Amino acid sequence: MRKENDALMAQQMNVRNEWYLSSFERFEKSLNGEAKMSVHTMRRAAIAKFAEIGFPTTHDEEWKYTDVTPIARMHFKPILEYKSAGLTAEDIERFTFGIPNLAVIVNGHFSKELSRLSDLPKGVRTGSLAEALRNDTGIIENHLAHHARYEENGFLALSTAFLRDGAFVHIPEKIVLEEPIHLLFISTNPGEPFVSHPRNLIIAGKSSQAAILETYVSLTSNKYFTNAVSEIVVGENAVLEHDKLQVESEQAFHVSTIHIHQERNSNFVQHAITMGGLLTRNNITAVLSGEGIESTVNGLYLGTGTQHIDNHTVIDHAQPHCNSHELYKGILSGKSRGVFNGKIFVRKDAQKTDAKQTNKNLVLSDEASIDTKPQLEIFANDVKCTHGATIGQLDEEAIFYLRSRGIDLGKARDILIFAFASDVVDRLNIEPLRDHLHAMIHDRLETEREQK
Amino acid sequence: MLEIINLHASVGGNEILRGIDLKVNAGEVHAIMGPNGSGKSTLAGVLAGRESYQVTEGKIIYNGHDLLEMAPEARAREGIFLAFQYPVEIPGVSNTYFLKAGLNAIRKHKGLEELDAIEFLKLVKEKAKLVEMDETLLSRPVNQGFSGGEKKRNEIFQMAVLEPKLAILDETDSGLDIDALRTVADGVNKLRRPDNSTIVVTHYQRLLNYIVPDYVHVLVDGRIVKSGRKQLALELEDKGYDWLRDESVVNA
Ligand SMILES: Nc1ncnc2c1ncn2[C@@H]1O[C@H](COP(=O)(O)OP(=O)(O)OP(=O)(O)O)[C@@H](O)[C@H]1O
Ligand SMILES: [Mg+2]
Repeated sequence: MRKENDALMAQQMNVRNEWYLSSFERFEKSLNGEAKMSVHTMRRAAIAKFAEIGFPTTHDEEWKYTDVTPIARMHFKPILEYKSAGLTAEDIERFTFGIPNLAVIVNGHFSKELSRLSDLPKGVRTGSLAEALRNDTGIIENHLAHHARYEENGFLALSTAFLRDGAFVHIPEKIVLEEPIHLLFISTNPGEPFVSHPRNLIIAGKSSQAAILETYVSLTSNKYFTNAVSEIVVGENAVLEHDKLQVESEQAFHVSTIHIHQERNSNFVQHAITMGGLLTRNNITAVLSGEGIESTVNGLYLGTGTQHIDNHTVIDHAQPHCNSHELYKGILSGKSRGVFNGKIFVRKDAQKTDAKQTNKNLVLSDEASIDTKPQLEIFANDVKCTHGATIGQLDEEAIFYLRSRGIDLGKARDILIFAFASDVVDRLNIEPLRDHLHAMIHDRLETEREQK
Repeated sequence: MLEIINLHASVGGNEILRGIDLKVNAGEVHAIMGPNGSGKSTLAGVLAGRESYQVTEGKIIYNGHDLLEMAPEARAREGIFLAFQYPVEIPGVSNTYFLKAGLNAIRKHKGLEELDAIEFLKLVKEKAKLVEMDETLLSRPVNQGFSGGEKKRNEIFQMAVLEPKLAILDETDSGLDIDALRTVADGVNKLRRPDNSTIVVTHYQRLLNYIVPDYVHVLVDGRIVKSGRKQLALELEDKGYDWLRDESVVNA
């Protein structure tokens, strides 16, 4: 029986994989001359890898709590090239948060006409990865797919196989950016279920300073799948804030891989905020590969309805004298489900590591749930590592205190939820984003309250 | 103003209040004294609407309302204010933000215009001065990291802003130094009006030198075993509660 089941599953999986294999053939044809570029060898290797490993299953320890069958069984059509889809600057204005430097990526493809990048200081490159593939072969060869490796899982393999466009940011040595760069990813309506594989490469040169925001939004109520990958290199002495806001529609599947490679004495700060999507999986890996590194990886996830939000983080202390700080907070209501898995590796040479990880969850309904698991793997002996996870409800005493001052129950709860979330939001250094997030969370709480 | 009739209340099946009768008229100050664990805070909590208590018998009429039918916020909007014995720390919520939400909810209920940020700030500064509260506490998260005395003063400050009709001060004097006690008491006295009433729960006669009560009640084992004028407080200071305990047993 068991054997039969396995055989059946294998067969189903093959059928699913078939879909992507034939998609790849069509993709390959559409490339014409581009298929001669060296990156294409990698694409082919990646699709071969995908054919071999397919999508992860819940038998996989790393995917135990997140069943990606709903993604695997859909025939998402890849979007092979850029179409403006009739979008105007006006349509997207509300997603820009007033951040002046804007790169817009529509269904995985960079849009020159919607982007506003003319105010960037000289030498700073922000634009299309497709263009960088042609013109920046040096950087591409040194970094693209070196950090996020396609062998790791089926999603990365697909991203690499269908790699064509996305955002490319290069901040040269010693450049200090005053204003943040906003990478805005828009999914919009080609009618049938579709997949985009935005592929981003962000390089912060030695001693540079910058802040970059990735925002993922939808302008469609159709089912679709975003399979995003960002590779981020933080050069020696560089200071980089990288924030990610995911507010896609409730029909969206969102799998995101962010791989951060930090060099010595660099300082990296990230806030990954997830509010949208039906099923979200974030894989965030920071490799601390030099001495004297500061790495802060924070996150906030708000689940409602039947949303499923999974955050997997890895902080890899490869070298001595580095500090990492991690705070992930979750708010789960309705029938939503959260997963947090925070791994910290401290390698044999990484003496004097100071690593701190905290995961706090508010579970607001009986049907909402969270699986949280810290994982420390320490191979050095002179280190300081702390971790803690909490799962709780709102403090009844605090609610009563607020009500006793005239505030109604719903509002009292919202005040406390808002405060819980603000603990992460207030740490954001991109001010317009902070303000917008406060407003968004406020609105969301209000809507949920009205629905009750 | 307030009439409590044969009030019985329990927590987790244990009866704490066992038949309280109390009448408070407009303009009066009532002191409630009694040994630890006798039910003073329970009574205060029942008045403010704390939901962990079950009222098993009795009635509370407040300005014509059946108080027990009202949600805590509805009571606050109708002018009930509880100064907590143990004020709650609320991380991430600023003292003025939450108080503004409370005040505006109360004002809205009264049919008054809500105050905008500037008007509110002006009011808050004025009231902070009245109770001599350090202004830096205003923007800090509610009670978080406040000293014991600062927490108590914050309660009176909130009372000053919300201007209740019936204030219940649960051991607001404990934790205050002598100067603070005087300022807080002064604050309470300045806020007194002929149409406002105050219930003061305290262990110490000292506070009653400043906030002079019209009546003093002694609560023992969930019952008021003795009521009197303010001299009763002096008598208690002198004799303790044991003589009343015996009396309550006799009465029972
Ligand atoms: N939530 C609760 N669960 C269990 N017992 C409780 C609870 N709240 C109050 N009690 C009990 O009820 C009794 C009365 O408590 P209350 O706080 O009203 O006393 P009090 O008169 O205010 O005492 P104190 O002078 O020490 O403040 C005590 O025995 C207390 O342990
Ligand atoms: Mg008490």
